[in-house]
Formats: sequence, C-alpha cells, structure tokens
Amino acid sequence: MYMNTGDQDLAKSAARGDAASFQALLERHYDTIYAVAFRYSGLREDAEDIAQEVCTSLVTKLHSYRGQSQFKTWLYRITVNAARDLHRKKAASGKLHQAYAELSDLAREEATESAGDIAWLYQSLDRLAESLRETAILVLAEGMNHKQAAEILDVKESTISWRMHELKNQLKAFATEEAQA
Amino acid sequence: MTEELERAKRAFAAQEPIRPKGDARRAAIAAAMTRFEQEEKGAAQGNSVRERLMESGGSVLAAFKRRRIMNIALPKRSHMLAGGVSLAALAFVAFNIGILQGPYRFSDPGVTPVANKPAKDDAATSLVDAVSGQSADIATEVSKLVQPEAAPAENEALQSAPARLTLQESVGARPKFKAESRIAPAQGVLAGRARESDGLAGVAPGDDRTQHIYQDQGRDKFVDITPNPVKLVSEAPVSTFSVDVDTASYAFVRSELNRGVLPQKDAVRVEEMINYFDYSYDVPADRAVPFNAELSIMPTPWNTETKLLRIGIKGYDLPKAEAPNANLVFLIDTSGSMNAPDKLPLLRNAFKLLVSGLKPDDTVAIVAYAGSAGTVLEPTRISEKAKILAALDQLSSGGSTAGAEGIRQAYQLAESVFDKDGVNRVILATDGDFNVGITDTEELKSFVERKRETGISLSVLGFGQGNYNDELMQTLAQNGNGNAAYIDTLNEARKTLVAEAGSTLFTIAKDVKLQLEFNPETVKEYRLIGYETRQLNREDFNNDKVDAGDIGAGHSVTALYELTPAGSGGGLVDDLRYKKTENTAPAELRNEYGFLKIRYKQPDSDTSELIEVPITTDAEVAEISQASKDTRFAASVAAFGQVLRGGRYTGAYSYDDIVALAQSGKGDDPYGYRGEFITLVQLANSGQALEPLKK
Repeated sequence: MYMNTGDQDLAKSAARGDAASFQALLERHYDTIYAVAFRYSGLREDAEDIAQEVCTSLVTKLHSYRGQSQFKTWLYRITVNAARDLHRKKAASGKLHQAYAELSDLAREEATESAGDIAWLYQSLDRLAESLRETAILVLAEGMNHKQAAEILDVKESTISWRMHELKNQLKAFATEEAQA
Repeated sequence: MTEELERAKRAFAAQEPIRPKGDARRAAIAAAMTRFEQEEKGAAQGNSVRERLMESGGSVLAAFKRRRIMNIALPKRSHMLAGGVSLAALAFVAFNIGILQGPYRFSDPGVTPVANKPAKDDAATSLVDAVSGQSADIATEVSKLVQPEAAPAENEALQSAPARLTLQESVGARPKFKAESRIAPAQGVLAGRARESDGLAGVAPGDDRTQHIYQDQGRDKFVDITPNPVKLVSEAPVSTFSVDVDTASYAFVRSELNRGVLPQKDAVRVEEMINYFDYSYDVPADRAVPFNAELSIMPTPWNTETKLLRIGIKGYDLPKAEAPNANLVFLIDTSGSMNAPDKLPLLRNAFKLLVSGLKPDDTVAIVAYAGSAGTVLEPTRISEKAKILAALDQLSSGGSTAGAEGIRQAYQLAESVFDKDGVNRVILATDGDFNVGITDTEELKSFVERKRETGISLSVLGFGQGNYNDELMQTLAQNGNGNAAYIDTLNEARKTLVAEAGSTLFTIAKDVKLQLEFNPETVKEYRLIGYETRQLNREDFNNDKVDAGDIGAGHSVTALYELTPAGSGGGLVDDLRYKKTENTAPAELRNEYGFLKIRYKQPDSDTSELIEVPITTDAEVAEISQASKDTRFAASVAAFGQVLRGGRYTGAYSYDDIVALAQSGKGDDPYGYRGEFITLVQLANSGQALEPLKK
C-alpha cells in the first residue's frame, strides 16, 4: 500500500508513530544503506553492522528530519557517518583490516575481463585518504553529482571538486606505479 | 572525466551487484522495528518530544543551568544527532550553540533574519560562510568577535516552533546572556570577579578575549614538574640548562584565571611566564655575535637573606627587509574538538593576522586534518592573499584527529617548495588531541626530530581549554626546533604572530645552552627558578649533538637564580660538621659570584660558539628599588609563578606584595601586557581560596 508513497511522506508519518510507514522506509532503503556501508568498509560483516546501526538509529533521527534535503541524501549522510564511526573505532583499537587488499586479491583470482580493474580499484582505495575515498564512493560508485556529495559529506561543493581533482592525480600516480612495477 | 576516473567508475560498476544477505536484512529491520515500538510506547505515556521542547523552551536560563549535562554532545556537532542523545537534550544543545556560538558565526546583523526562516542547515551555513568570505578584512572580523549578537543555530531541532519562539525572546534578552554565559563556565566561582574583570578588560589586552562555551574540563594534559631544588655550591657548583623562548604557559594560565579558576600546578612553567614579557636588554649590533648577556643582582624580594641573579639575553633583531623568505605550511586541526569559539574561529583570525604580516614573496600552504588529512591550499604566494584568506575561511571542523598524518603531509609540502636560503617552517595549530594514526608521543617526536635535520622546523600554536594536550605540544616544538605558543585571544595572536613574527619565524641562533659555575667563596647555595623541563647534564654543554632551544630574531630570554651568599644565615642546608673547608678560589676572583658560559650555533652551522661572561659584584645593587624596572618586573612574575605552584620557596610573600613589586616595575608598558599581568595577580588573589581543578 505504500509502494507509491514518497519518502518524505513516509518519513513524516513514521515520525508521527506509524510503524508500517517506518517499515516501508526500511524495506525500501536497506539495500542502499548496505551497499554504501559495504563499499566504505570492504567487509560484509562490517557492512551489516553499520546497516543495522543506521536502521535502529533512524527511530530517533527521523524526528529531526524535516524534509529540507532529499530523504535519500539525508540517509546517505547518516550512513556515511555510521561507517566513519565504525572505521575509527577499528582504527583506534588497532583492528583495521586490510579489507580492501583482500578484496583486491579476490578480484584478481577471477578470470573476468574487469577483474584487473577491480583489483586495481580496491588497491587504490586502500591507499587513499579517507576523505578522498568517501568522495570516490559517492561520486563514482553512487553516481552523485558534486553538490549532492558535498551535502552528504558536509563540505563545500568546491571541496568535492578539489577532492576529485586530487583523486584523479593520485589514481594517475598509482596507475603509473603499477605500470612501472 | 579523465581516463583514471573513468577507469575507477567502470570498476565500481563492474563489481557484482552488492546484495545484502536476506537474514542480515531481516534482522536489522526487525531490530529497528522493535526499537521503534519501544519509543512509541514511551511517547504514548506522555513523554512526547514536543511537550518536552515546550517545557524547556519556557526558560532559556534553565537551559544554561543544565548545560553541564549536555556538554558531552557539544564538541562534536556531527554526533549531536546520534542515537543515544534524547531529543530533549537536543533542544538544549540547540540553545547553547545558538546563543553562544552565535557571535562567532552569525554576527552580521544582516544574517539574523535567518532565525525566523526554516532554512535548512546547510543553506544557513553557506550563507554565513559567504558573509565571512566577503569580509576578509581582519579589522571587521575582530569587531565581530567582540560584539555578541544572539543568533540562530544550525541545528535542525531549532526549527520547531517553540524553540524558535524562545530564540526570538533570547535576542531581546541579550545583555543578560552575556553576563550569564561568562559566569556559567566558571561554575559560579568568582562570579563577581569575572564580571569585574570584564569591566577592566576595557584597558587590559584581554579585551577581545573570547566568550567561553561550556566544554571539557580538567582533561588538559601537562607534564609533571618538580621544582628545581636548592643546590649546594660545594656539591654541585655547575648548573646547565637550555634556553626556552616558549610563552605558552603564561597564556594558558591567563585564560584559566580569566575563567575564574586557578590553573593546575603543572600548567605553570615559571620560565615561560617570565619570558612572555619583553625586556629592554641591549640589542647586539650585528649578527656575528647574535646576542648580549646582561646581568644584574639584587636582594630577593621574597627572602631577605638571599640575592636574585638575573641573566638577560637579547637576540639580534632582523630588520624586516633583511628577513629571509618564508616558506610556511599551516597545519590546522579541524577535528570535532576544535569546534569551539576559542579554537577554530580564533585560529582562522590568528592566521589571517600572520598572513597580513608576511612579504609578497613568502609562500603559504595549508594542510587541514580531521579524520584524515588533506591539502587545502597548495603553496601560494602572499601576493595572492585573497586565495589564502578564502582557504582559511573554508575550514570547518568535524570528526576525529589524524594529527600524525597531517604532520607528514605538511612536511611533504614544505619540502616541495623548500627554500634553502629561507625559513622553512610548519606551523601546527591544534588543541593537541591526536587520536587517529600515530598517537604515540615518542614516535611523533622522533619523526619531528628526523625532519629537523632536513631544515624544516615546527612551531606549535595551542588553542582551547579543557582538552589541551600541553605535553604533546611541548614535545613537538622542543624537538622540532620550534617554539610553542598558546593563543587564547586575538590579542595574543597579534603579539605572537605579528608583533613578534620575527622571533617566531626567524631563528638567529640555535641550540643555545647556558652553563653557570658558582664560586663557593661567595655563594653557598643556588636555585634556578623554572626551566625544570630544560635541564641539561653538565657534559651536554660542550656536546654539539645535544639539542637545545633556539632563539629567534629579537627574542629575549631571562633566567633567574636565587643565591644564598656564603656566610649568610639564610641557607636552607646546614653546614656539615665534619667537612673540611677548602679555599680554592684565587683571591682576585673573590668579587665574582660565578662564571656564565653560553654556547650557541649560527643557524646554518653545526659547530657551537662560546660566549663567556663573569658574574661580578659590579652588577649588584643593595636595594630592590635600585634595580632596573625590568629586573623588578621579572622578579614579580617569577614570584607569581612560584606562588601559583605552591610557593615552596617564597615564604610569606603574598599576592599583594607581588602586585606592589610589579607596579614598581611596570614602566611604560606600551601594549598593556604588564598591566594585564597585574590584573591577573589580583584575579588569582581573590581566587586563592579555591581548589585548582582536579584531573
């Protein structure tokens, strides 16, 4: 029954206490949350943790959603923050895996045409600074424009542009290294 | 889009679709639904969020009283909306941020109407940024800083109707807030005094002191200091230490006292307090011998039995035209903990001041670090000042602190435009709270040490209170051949970065060590006041490999020794019954108290040079009143520092005595620094019944 109801309306009625609306929202967006979390963390278990954390936190956070930004943008923002938090916790406790490196190795073993590219991508992501990685995920993988990415990461549009520029340079450098190796 | 980005994009797309496992999905949704139902149940029982908002909105003052409860949520804006914080608390936070942060971000009256528009937070933020971007003029910035204007917050919670209403009321009630917000951080202590000091601020340099929002307290980290003990000349005739030109301790003590609390003892480094002030010692004529040593001896103000030896060193002052080009990298902490009016906004203005004082050919680069580090501005000439100022305006805070990564990047940038004839310096601005990456002090220290060899030095500007990591800052600055300053007000920024830019930036002598040998004929005991963290071994003096403090252009360094003359009854150590007294000093040296040796290296040299000066009775005066004003003032600062540290050697010497002595040595005081010191002593006097903040 909620298939055609917009995110904004669902969010509003969920905030007013409608459980069915809340559930519909979760069903609709869980996969996106998970995908972003997975790209961010590179680990299935972590992505699941992050996604669950985001879902439960929505209960209280929905009250502060006032429809100024697109619901999806707002949700991305929460997801990115949750992913960052977990990342930091792991980094602080010294448990940060070389998740990307593992993914890269996995991809390399596959015989598909794009395997080499994927392996290279993960290797590169692993070496990028957090801010660049976030930007890359949002802009390149999720297909956001700079304005949306800026809104999600709480930075200026120009910063995203700068980061993309920086990203390009760094990827280029990695590619050169790869070619020389 | 370029080739590399296309490739990355293709690779992302080629990933097999990322699909969650069905059971994880179900579990997550089920957990969220359970939580949802619990919340709703609570709401049905009357804990409705909106009702709570109304209630609290009734009295903003009530919100202030309860501020302590939510300070946990304040430092990190991004976490304010985190799950654990109830919405009622959110409303409080909104008030705090709105009113207290307002003056710094929303000070232009033209922006105020935003309060009534339910604009989304990002729009509001960018509007403000646009406003501050237009006013690159620092003077305007300064006037904004001191002109409080209650204004809206960026918190979404504010946009609910009751909250908005209250905010409008608050605009009307502004003057009341001003007083209230000053008092609250001091936890009510010294409330009257704090207000009085506001009145005095009209003449004191603390004028543009920032208002404080409630923040972390008592988490400032300092190295433990044990005051130098009294030493017997017969047992240890030689005293060796490194110069220290840092002034951070004084500014920190000042900001604590201005908040109405006595600083913790280890925050008080007496030598840094003494060296905060400029003394009119003779300036050397040329660079060949880059400094003069000036000596004076007078009776100790706090002990009639002893004498106070003052050693004053003034560095050669570089005329601005002769100043080498500067290649500076600002390394700026933009982590969540910097999100306070006395941190990032102050820092921005401080750097603007510094930039305004540089030459067109100097270059500046900016690296910002929070969760990760990034180059905000590539090395840019001062001639493109607008670009630099715009980059500074863009800085915003949030996230944890990957300080080590930032340091690494900053050095890289400095190396990229290394100027072998110029000054190459990284200026780190932070509250010292590194919590991501290398957080080990030792590791950071050795990194900075290695980089020192390449000719790039590190200066540290400390900001903020409550979470200030002084220990780390000192370590970094001391090992990076730099200096550490603590910036608590814009005026302090002006002093450090503009008035004393020469001494902050241009080193004229490095590894400056002092060694005194006392004459047992004339001196029985001695005690070095301060410099506890700068002690060197006797043999280190002649070892050029041992690092010591640097002196910048125009820097003055003052060291005080308390001496107990031989034969005086005022000694603390009794004579030995079985000791054989030997007379070793030749008769012609009997008018000497001791012998001062100074070792230093020219900035570009690795071998040290030596200056030797005998300390003779010629420099002695019989009465305190005969001593120079500078000497008297330095003594009063030393007394104050020691009393703040517990007054182990100062006997019954009181704050009133200190004020009287400082008054007598105040002199011209063109910038009001000394006048401000006197105000501080008075503040401490009324606060002495208070316990210092416990850790």
